[in-house]
Amino acid sequence: MVMFKAAFVREWRLLARQKADWLNPLMFFVIVLTLFPLGIGAKPNLLAEIAPGIIWIAALLSVLLGAERLFKEDFRQGTLEQLVAADEPLFAYVLAKITSSWCSTALPLLFISPLIALLLGLNAAAWQAIVLSLLLGTPLLNLLAALGAALTLSADKGGILLALLILPLYIPLLIFASAAVDNATLGLDYSAQLAVLAAMLCLAAALVPLAVLKALRLNVG
Amino acid sequence: MAVFLVTTSLLSAFALSCVRQDRVLFDAVDVTLAAGELLHISGKNGAGKSSLLRILAGLAMPDEGEVLWCGEPLSHRQPHSDFAQSLCFIGHLSGVQPQLTALENLEFWQAAFQLKQADPYAVLATLGLAGLEDIPCQMLSAGQQRRVSLARLWLTQAKLWILDEPFTALDQSAIKLLQQQFKQHLEQGGAIILTTHQAMEQQFPQSRTLELVYRW
Repeated sequence: MVMFKAAFVREWRLLARQKADWLNPLMFFVIVLTLFPLGIGAKPNLLAEIAPGIIWIAALLSVLLGAERLFKEDFRQGTLEQLVAADEPLFAYVLAKITSSWCSTALPLLFISPLIALLLGLNAAAWQAIVLSLLLGTPLLNLLAALGAALTLSADKGGILLALLILPLYIPLLIFASAAVDNATLGLDYSAQLAVLAAMLCLAAALVPLAVLKALRLNVG
Repeated sequence: MAVFLVTTSLLSAFALSCVRQDRVLFDAVDVTLAAGELLHISGKNGAGKSSLLRILAGLAMPDEGEVLWCGEPLSHRQPHSDFAQSLCFIGHLSGVQPQLTALENLEFWQAAFQLKQADPYAVLATLGLAGLEDIPCQMLSAGQQRRVSLARLWLTQAKLWILDEPFTALDQSAIKLLQQQFKQHLEQGGAIILTTHQAMEQQFPQSRTLELVYRW
C-alpha cells in the first residue's frame, strides 16, 4: 500500500509536469468528434444514429495514443530495471501506472461527455448511457493498453505494433458499449450490455496486471 | 569443499556462461562472495561485465550455470524472495527520473525499495547536493544525477550491492565519498560487486578482482 501510494504520487507529479501526455489524447478525442458533424453535414438524425460507434472508436483511439509512453520513460531511465531487481514493488508500481493512466486519459473523457452529447445531438438518456458505458469500459481500455505497452516495451517502433496487438482485443468492448448507447437512444433497456461490460472488466482487472508484470520482467531480463 | 563454500558465501555462481548474438561473452565463470568482501569485475569494453552483473542480480538468466544465494538457486526462487530484499542493484542506467526533483526521486525510492526513513535532505547534503533538492534532475549535471542515484546507497539496508560503473561521471571528491561508504558497508558485513575501470585494490584490502577476457 505504501508502495502503491508512492508510485501513484510519482505518476501524478510526472503528469503535472508533462501535460502533453494527457492533454494530447484528450484534444485528439475532441477533434475527431468535431470532425464527424462537419464531414457528415447537417443531418442530425444520421449523426445521432452513428454517434455511439463514433464516440467509442474515438475513445479507444485516444487511450491507445497515450499508451505507448506508459512504461517507456522508466524503461529508458533504468527505473524499471531496478524495480524488477527489487521484485516486491513491481506489482504496486504496475497497479499505480494503470490507475493513474485511467485517471489521466479516461476520466477527462467522462467530464467532457455532456459536451460531446450536445455536439452529436444525443438526448439525456443516451448521454447517461455513454457515461455508464465509459465508466465501465474505459478501465478495460487502459488495462489492455498497459498490457500492449508492456509487451512492446523493447520494440523499437512499438507504437504501430501496440495498435495492431491491442485493437482486435477491443472489439468485444466496442460491440457491447456501442450497443448499450444504441439501446438508450431507442429508449430500450441496456442493463444487459452494461452487465457484460462489467463482467469483462472484472476478468481483465483480475488477470491483466499479472500479465503486465510478466511482460515487464521478460522485457527487462 | 563445495559444501563449505556454499555455507560461508552469500552469493556464489558456478560455471556461468553467456552468449550474445552467437558470440560467447564468457563461459565457466565461477563467482563466490562472502560477507565483507568486494568483488571487482574488470575487463575491456564489451567483455560482458554488465551481462555478468545482470545475471548475478537475477535480472537475466545465464545460458549455462547457476547462481546461488545463501545456497539457494536463484532460478527456483519464489516471488518476494529473501534475495530481492537483500539486493540493491544500480545498473549503468541511473534510474533517476529527469522530470522529478532529487527529493521526489528519493521519496519514491524510500517507499518502493523500503529504504531507511532517514531525512532525505541530510543524505543529499552529504552528497554535496544541498540547495539542489528542489530542481528537476534534468537540470543537474551528469555527475550530480549520478550522485542522486547513488543516494540510495546511503539509505539502503540491503546486504548485497551490485553496481555497474558507479564512478562514472563522478569527480574526485564524490569518488572518495563513495569509497568511504563502500568501506563502511563492508565493515558492517555487507558485500559489493561492481564494475569499474578504477583501481580498487589499494583502498580495499578485502577486494578481489575477476578479470573477464574479451573474446571473439
